[in-house]
Amino acid sequence: MANGIAAQPPAVGAGRRMTMQKFMRRRSTTAFALALPLILLISGLVIYPALFAVYLSMLDRTMEHFTGLRNILFLLHFDTFWMVVEQSCIFAISAVFFKALIGFVTSHLVHNLPPKGQRKWRGMLLVPWVIPTAMSAIAWFWLFDPQYSAFNWILHKFGIGPIPWLGVTSWARFSVILVNVWYGAPFFLIMYLAALKSVPEQLYEAAAIDGASWWQKVWYVTLPMMRNIIAITMLFSLIVTFANFDIVRILTAGGPVDTTHVFATWAFSLGIQGNNIPMGASVSLFMLPILGVAAFFILRDINRRGSTA
Amino acid sequence: MSAAASAIETGALVKRGSLRRSRRWALVWSYVFLIMFAVFFLMPPVYMLIMGLKTSAETAAMTNPWWVYHPTLDNFIALLTSRTYLTFFRNSAVISLAVVVISMLIAVPAAFSLGRMKFWGSTTLAAGVFLTYLVPDSLLFIPLFKIMAWVHEHTGITLLNRWWALIIIYPTLTVPFCTWIMIGYFQSIPKELDEAALIDGAGYIQMLTKIFLPVALPGIIAATIFAFTVSWSEFLYPMAFTVSADQLVLPVGIVTTLINGDVYNWGQIMGACLLGAAPPLIIYAFLMDYYIAGLTAGATKG
Repeated sequence: MANGIAAQPPAVGAGRRMTMQKFMRRRSTTAFALALPLILLISGLVIYPALFAVYLSMLDRTMEHFTGLRNILFLLHFDTFWMVVEQSCIFAISAVFFKALIGFVTSHLVHNLPPKGQRKWRGMLLVPWVIPTAMSAIAWFWLFDPQYSAFNWILHKFGIGPIPWLGVTSWARFSVILVNVWYGAPFFLIMYLAALKSVPEQLYEAAAIDGASWWQKVWYVTLPMMRNIIAITMLFSLIVTFANFDIVRILTAGGPVDTTHVFATWAFSLGIQGNNIPMGASVSLFMLPILGVAAFFILRDINRRGSTA
Repeated sequence: MSAAASAIETGALVKRGSLRRSRRWALVWSYVFLIMFAVFFLMPPVYMLIMGLKTSAETAAMTNPWWVYHPTLDNFIALLTSRTYLTFFRNSAVISLAVVVISMLIAVPAAFSLGRMKFWGSTTLAAGVFLTYLVPDSLLFIPLFKIMAWVHEHTGITLLNRWWALIIIYPTLTVPFCTWIMIGYFQSIPKELDEAALIDGAGYIQMLTKIFLPVALPGIIAATIFAFTVSWSEFLYPMAFTVSADQLVLPVGIVTTLINGDVYNWGQIMGACLLGAAPPLIIYAFLMDYYIAGLTAGATKG
């Protein structure tokens, strides 16, 4: 194209370039106009509120006086805060780990089946992801109920005493993680299944010829081929799990004695219920470092993919 | 020579036989474990159904919680004739449909522009769109709450405790990911197609409506499903912004209104959850492939 223009007489080339320029300008104006609603939405309802949260966190309880970092410093000397940090980390890391593990195992199981049956099983196993979490969390709440509990009823048949699923710190922590794993594992299953399908069959054949055992095939073929998707899925899930609100809110509302609070539920109970908006904003801002780290890795991944494409 | 050959052959046969047998065992074990996982995954919805079919008397009698001795549809009938529940349902339905329309109206042109037309800063903006998707609602609900209160103080427009105000807020959850899905779909359409359209004298808008929309229809369906399910199940924003019973959406309505007082009517609550989960489940049942395409698009496309 450039060669074609250069080969033409100069006058024509200049004219061509003029219209070309105008054309480009019009094109980029149209493009910008088409993207404008998106830009307005993101800047008005995401970026502005995020910055506003930073400002809010620097006010005092009455929201009339500017106190700088006083809220943040207060939190850093507050035992409950550190407990929330600890619980958020336990919650997010163990939940993501088990989601990934169950997703990995179930995706292999489904992949093992004859192709005709795969669709049916995949469809069935994704159901937890489709049900709105608030509603399934209520069902879990009732399954956990100490008096009418469907779980304790079964355990009772085996002679195991009633378990206070949501009443004691350790069990309550276990229960909220269990429900989160139940909800999120199907997402991993779907992602890993898609990744498994994209591994070329020849690689397994080559490995089989070389006498690789099942484990060796998983370790040397499947895992390296799936590495990217495993990493990015876990990263996504880590963000979403860290910011989780509904499961903890419905199952325990943070109890017993605040021990199952994560950032989102604690920010809600301080900010909205406790009517201390600046403190709630400060708590929720502590999620930012995690988001920043995740964003860094995801952006790097996007850029790398962009350059290879 | 021939003896050796036949020995090899029988060896191969034995090998093949054992291979087939081990493969069959692998299959059997796959099914065993899959059934265990399926029981775990499907337990809560099944339990919703069991409880929904029970009368309060049967629940209170503490009989086998996993079985219904006297099934009845009373709970569902009571729900479908209850004004409160129908109000929740209507609020949820109107909000979700409006949010789907708004999201697609914003996301599709933006994705076309970012994915196909490019302008100064469009690559950065595309990455930024994806990052916005990662900003969780639990970071934004407090400033948004304050902003809504501020709007009321300064303009007199009440946004807090108004269900329709959620229509303005929800697109922040749906638009970034919808745009991202659509960018992926638009980029996968061959370049020759828009060159041909340009030569035929089509403008960009015509190109979008006449060529790209029909070709990218699967993507549009996937994005629509995503937007619908997200707005249908959102819990934090309505929990923070709405209070009165007539302003609630389904998830919050079930949690806050049906569970109050000392008497839990669990049959009705579970029935309400099941009916509330029905719209996404039905969409999923009929459009599973699109649903899954939208799910995997985030990480594998783009």
